[in-house]
Amino acid sequence: MTVLAIARKELALYFGSFLFYALATVFLLLAGYFFYTNLGFFVLMGGMSLPRGLWQYQLLDVQRLLLVLTPLFTMRLFAEERKLGTLELLWTYPVRDAEIILGKFLACLAVVTVMVGATVVYPVMVAAFYPVAAGPLLAGYVGLWLLVAAFIACGLFLSALTDSQLVAGAATYGLLLFFWVITWNEAAVNEVTLHLLVPFSLFDRFYPFALGAIDTRDVTYLVLFTVAFLTFTFFALDSRRWRGLR
Amino acid sequence: MAMCAEPMIEVRELTKSFGAVDAVAGVSFRVHRGEIVGFLGPNGAGKTTTMRILAGVFPPSSGSVRIAGRDPLREPLECRRAVGYFPEYAPFYPELRVAAYLHFVARLKRIPRARRAGAVAEVLAVCGLESVANRRVGTLSKGYRQRVGLAQALCGNPPILILDEPTIGLDPGQVVEIRDLVRRMRGDRTVFFSSHILSEVATVCERVIVIARGRLVGEGTPGELSARLGRRRRVVIRVDGPPDDVAAALAAIPGVLRVERRDGGLALDAAEREDVTRAAGAAMQQRGWSILELREEPIDLEEIFLRLVSDGGAAS
Repeated sequence: MTVLAIARKELALYFGSFLFYALATVFLLLAGYFFYTNLGFFVLMGGMSLPRGLWQYQLLDVQRLLLVLTPLFTMRLFAEERKLGTLELLWTYPVRDAEIILGKFLACLAVVTVMVGATVVYPVMVAAFYPVAAGPLLAGYVGLWLLVAAFIACGLFLSALTDSQLVAGAATYGLLLFFWVITWNEAAVNEVTLHLLVPFSLFDRFYPFALGAIDTRDVTYLVLFTVAFLTFTFFALDSRRWRGLR
Repeated sequence: MAMCAEPMIEVRELTKSFGAVDAVAGVSFRVHRGEIVGFLGPNGAGKTTTMRILAGVFPPSSGSVRIAGRDPLREPLECRRAVGYFPEYAPFYPELRVAAYLHFVARLKRIPRARRAGAVAEVLAVCGLESVANRRVGTLSKGYRQRVGLAQALCGNPPILILDEPTIGLDPGQVVEIRDLVRRMRGDRTVFFSSHILSEVATVCERVIVIARGRLVGEGTPGELSARLGRRRRVVIRVDGPPDDVAAALAAIPGVLRVERRDGGLALDAAEREDVTRAAGAAMQQRGWSILELREEPIDLEEIFLRLVSDGGAAS
């Protein structure tokens, strides 16, 4: 119940802030533009299958868009409360740290889900003119949702480390980009190392979802990634025992 | 104040270190049910750290704490429920509206749904916030924001209130308001509040605990403490006359203990019972020097603490 109370407050702050509407506008305009160009490409080049010809491109574009936008949602979660001093107050209420973390995580996830959910109008529009198989598309959205959860957990952790939203946001970009490019430069590392790195690339994990396949290994990885960063967040908050409040 | 009353706050050999720094170094004291106790100390003395430990923000490095007889290490949530805490500078969410914010606090304090609206209405009334219930906290004046801070502490009717510098940064009118509010909030509650202003603590509290540099240096009623410190007053004077002669003339006034030059004027320390201000004015007039400025100034508390510490105080 206190998780919900925290989440409710976060939602009130998101929906009461200009930032949310600005980010949602940017997201929907760009997602719409991508859809327009991807659809044009699909129609002109005559793709045979929607999952590979259209949804794959669209989902990968949205994924990149979320990489840019999600840290802007997460950076304030703890950094702002630290700056305001309200985090100290939360710690004096009969609420566990885990509940605070979960409440904030769920609120942010809900906000981004609503935003991404709006893009469902594209397949609905396509369905009016062309048969759309729901399965592969659903797999893509499940993947996108798990990926967003991982992004948010990562951003939440970095936000818990600092009282500067800017530092939290920048660090989140750094870490997420690292998890993106981790497998890019095969020449830089030997094959054994690359083999070890591959499983850790968030984006390679998302690719199968974009093609319409749900692999339990990918699901497990993304869920573990999220749980790991939520746990790190717990330890970041717990560091006040020896670090004090600043 | 009945000494046999049960202790609501009990602290024994409390120590808190951050790295190599000991913010609090072996402090012990008790606050009983229904008492209103002032916690006095200069900035950096360890007041806030002690209060944060009592409020459950973080555990002590060593020593024991009992909140209403419970151990916060074993029962952290129950202890937090028993305490209403007002942090220094009254942090707030600028975008939330007063009533909505207090509803949020009530939910976090696990007040059952059926009693929540009543609890919020009650603290709004006690803290005089009804007229601004629908305003965003960020648009309120400092005095009102301070009241919102007190309202969140009071929410849920906790038996213990811990208030960290509730009057800091307020103008004199607001200070009086907040002080009255603290008195009204008292009821049968235990109130433990910190300040670095001796006179403020003296008007509100029955008992004062003084710490400096992380250690307990004094404890007693405001009267006892003042007596131990020796009652003094300070007068600042600026005179159009030869500085050395002026200083000599002032030093000759009965009751003046010390004359000190500072930024163009002179500061006199004197025993409180002597009317040095009037005497100094008369002495200057007598010699035909015009008085440019003459005022009484409260003695810097920092000095009082330093004196307590250097006297050995009550610290062992």
